[in-house]
Amino acid sequence: MTDVTDVTDVLAPPAPGTGLDELPDLHRSPDAAGHGPQDGHAGHGHDEHGPTGILKWLTSTDHKVIGMSYMITSIVMFYFAGIMALFIRLQLSSPHSSLLTFGQYNELFTMHGSLMLYLFAGPFAFGGLANYVVPLQIGAPDMAFPRLNALSYWLYLTGSITMMMGFGVAGGAASFGWVAYAPLSSATSSPGIGGDVWIMALVLTGFSAIFTGVNLVATIFYLRAPGMTMFRMPIFTWNMLVTGILILIAFPVLTSGLIMLFCDRHFGTHIFTVGGCHLVTGAVTQTCGSPLLWQNLFWFFGHPEVYILALPFFGIVTEVLPVFSRKPVFGYKGMVFATMAIAALSTGVWAHHMFTTGAVLLPFFSFLSLLIAVPTGIKFFNWIGTMWHGQLIFTTPMLFSIGFLLAFLMGGVTGIMLASPPIDFATHDTYFVVAHFHQVLVGTAVFAGFAGFYYWYPKMFGRLLNDTLGKWHFWLLFVGFWVTFMPQYVVGLKGMPRRVASYPSNLGWQSYNVVSTIGAFIIAFSFGIMLWNLWAAWRKPVPAGDNPWDAHTLEWFTTSPPPHHNYTHLPPIRSERPTWDYNHPDSVAVPHGLAAEAAHRARQKEPVA
Amino acid sequence: MVGTALLLAGCKVPNFGEYPGATTQGKTENHLWQLFFIAGLVVGGFVLLLILWAVFRYRRKSEEMPKQTQYHTLMEITYTVVPILIVVGLFVFTVLAENNVDATPPDPGATITVHAFQWGWEFEYPGGPGSGCANPGSPTANQNDCVKVIGQTTQNPTMVIPTGTEVQINLNSLDVLHGFYVPQFNFSRYASPGYTTSFDFNALHTGDFRGQCTQLCGLYHSLMFFNVKAVTQSKFATWLHAQQALVKSHPSSVPKLPSGVSTGSSTNSSSNNQGGDLYGD
Repeated sequence: MTDVTDVTDVLAPPAPGTGLDELPDLHRSPDAAGHGPQDGHAGHGHDEHGPTGILKWLTSTDHKVIGMSYMITSIVMFYFAGIMALFIRLQLSSPHSSLLTFGQYNELFTMHGSLMLYLFAGPFAFGGLANYVVPLQIGAPDMAFPRLNALSYWLYLTGSITMMMGFGVAGGAASFGWVAYAPLSSATSSPGIGGDVWIMALVLTGFSAIFTGVNLVATIFYLRAPGMTMFRMPIFTWNMLVTGILILIAFPVLTSGLIMLFCDRHFGTHIFTVGGCHLVTGAVTQTCGSPLLWQNLFWFFGHPEVYILALPFFGIVTEVLPVFSRKPVFGYKGMVFATMAIAALSTGVWAHHMFTTGAVLLPFFSFLSLLIAVPTGIKFFNWIGTMWHGQLIFTTPMLFSIGFLLAFLMGGVTGIMLASPPIDFATHDTYFVVAHFHQVLVGTAVFAGFAGFYYWYPKMFGRLLNDTLGKWHFWLLFVGFWVTFMPQYVVGLKGMPRRVASYPSNLGWQSYNVVSTIGAFIIAFSFGIMLWNLWAAWRKPVPAGDNPWDAHTLEWFTTSPPPHHNYTHLPPIRSERPTWDYNHPDSVAVPHGLAAEAAHRARQKEPVA
Repeated sequence: MVGTALLLAGCKVPNFGEYPGATTQGKTENHLWQLFFIAGLVVGGFVLLLILWAVFRYRRKSEEMPKQTQYHTLMEITYTVVPILIVVGLFVFTVLAENNVDATPPDPGATITVHAFQWGWEFEYPGGPGSGCANPGSPTANQNDCVKVIGQTTQNPTMVIPTGTEVQINLNSLDVLHGFYVPQFNFSRYASPGYTTSFDFNALHTGDFRGQCTQLCGLYHSLMFFNVKAVTQSKFATWLHAQQALVKSHPSSVPKLPSGVSTGSSTNSSSNNQGGDLYGD
């Protein structure tokens, strides 16, 4: 398989004593595999002459360092937001709890949503995992614009700190919900600088996201290794490309909307407030602003954002399932087109968040919203087809991916219900919707997100996480997930609205809320186990080797962790699975089409036992 | 006729946790819910079984390399086309139900103007014959002559509606966004400043129903309750006439909005339209 005439090998001829002869051996002894970045042979490390320690981290433009910084910051934000969720659940475990005041409660759910959506789910995916993995998967030495990449991270960190500072300002943090609906977010209804701090934080992280989007798209278009055609890119990279494009469509709308909101709050504009109108008459004069405009702008960002938060995680699952089924992705091309279809449709469904305004064209937005189920369904069948007739190995990342499938299935089915306006009328802004989007978002950002975390952790640190602790994490999270959110569907159908700090005690809602609170604490406990796992891996390193999972894609060809510029040499790239092809030359994918498949079977003799 | 078929089919199936709907609109929604729930159960259950089958059947049992299948064209076409057909079917039923739920036929049996405010509700009915408030929502209405019910937070104002006839609600907000939600009617609608939105209820039977604000509207959002009382048409007429007579004989009995509720909007300009001209006090 060492086809030296192949163009891809021109990149870097094997250095004597290392590299090609050694790399395909997947079962190297741990001490041989556990070495640091490119021990010895490379010698071209910029690291050796540059700054060290914290200064190295502060000045780094290496996508791997930035990716890890992103990941650590976003996981810290995730834990903060999770602690807020526990307070919210404790408050709701009794009808008239005095644990929190109404004002504190409003601050907490606003910040819980803002942290989870703006500072965890997105940055964890496109700032953390994508930053780290995408250049590796396409055989690039770094992102296209390394300094812009560093700027993205520092803007994100600054924005995150700004957001958290909201708790320290007079009047408390923002308390108008993560959607900041006008005119509740106006200076009259929400005075105090908590709201301004929130806006500034999102402007900062918004620019950070836009820059990352630019970087991802440019990297994937221009820095692919020779042989890495578009249709040989791993699905994760494909999804990050589409995510990057969606970021460029969606985030500028949010950022400009936020600036308009800031002008409304401070410069006397009336873009989102109905200034000087006599509302009782129902007549709207031309000088009026429109609260509805905020909803339109916000959701024109917000719905693509939902897919910005989903596509990367679909990508993770599509990496994990084939590896632990020991098969290629089923329906690779269909998967790519399904991703594009989801992205295209996602820009035309924003008003399904506004069905109950009475001011949107219901059939149009309903049909497009229902239609999104089709490409999403295709992905489901691709995932199932990938496992079908496979040899499934239930490692921690695999369990998390299967957890994602089940969670997202439930969230998806209730999503189809909510795409129908009459059903939305009945359930809008109730706990039914809360349960729906938590099942979707926990399914993607948490189940799939931590599938990716467990999956790529050995590549990032060169160490293995403990699989038993990982499985405990999974099973507790899985149980806690259903215990938390299933009662919320029921209590939502009974009419419990979201964002209430108290509720009548005579309606029988308390028992559902108590169960939900217990579930939330089970989830919290599972994430305690994850911390324990990380602690254990840090104290007692178990070397991982380059390719502990016998994985398919290019990033598993290099060392763990990879050297400064990722690769000294590359395998030939002739399919979506260059590392697999290199390690299993007898088990290449069956080609597409019936004739090709027959020819392939004829060419192959008896299967190698 | 599809709607009727759906209706008939709906009579025998459970409500799957939802209210059966105390209005014709709510009942229509409930039938659509039943359809979606069953469809979701069938499709979701099918996919769930496939996942579970794959997970349990294809556990790793040997070192044998699985066949590296990547495509199956016929299968791919099937699982693209069938979902499209299901979605189109669901869409047809959605539009049928939606047209029913959203319809506002002319000449309703009663018209009620609802203003939401932080944190309460105002329900306005027309005054009696010859009063200056034939239509509370119109700009020319003399607000002094309207029948009003106003209540804040825990006072739970009650909206009285007649059964068996179309009741048109004209809804807006005096300050921030609110949500007008009656769970047992399976219906909610935003009350927004800036425009008025209209919808109908056609109550099927008498009864008391709880209502609540669903859209976050500030500090006391959690306490913004109201009640809907559905009474027979004759009782409604009696009640309304008594209220109209009371307004005529004791104009001062017309309830006022709490001070501080702006009829303008939440603007940060010093507003001179605090509603004095509109509420006549």
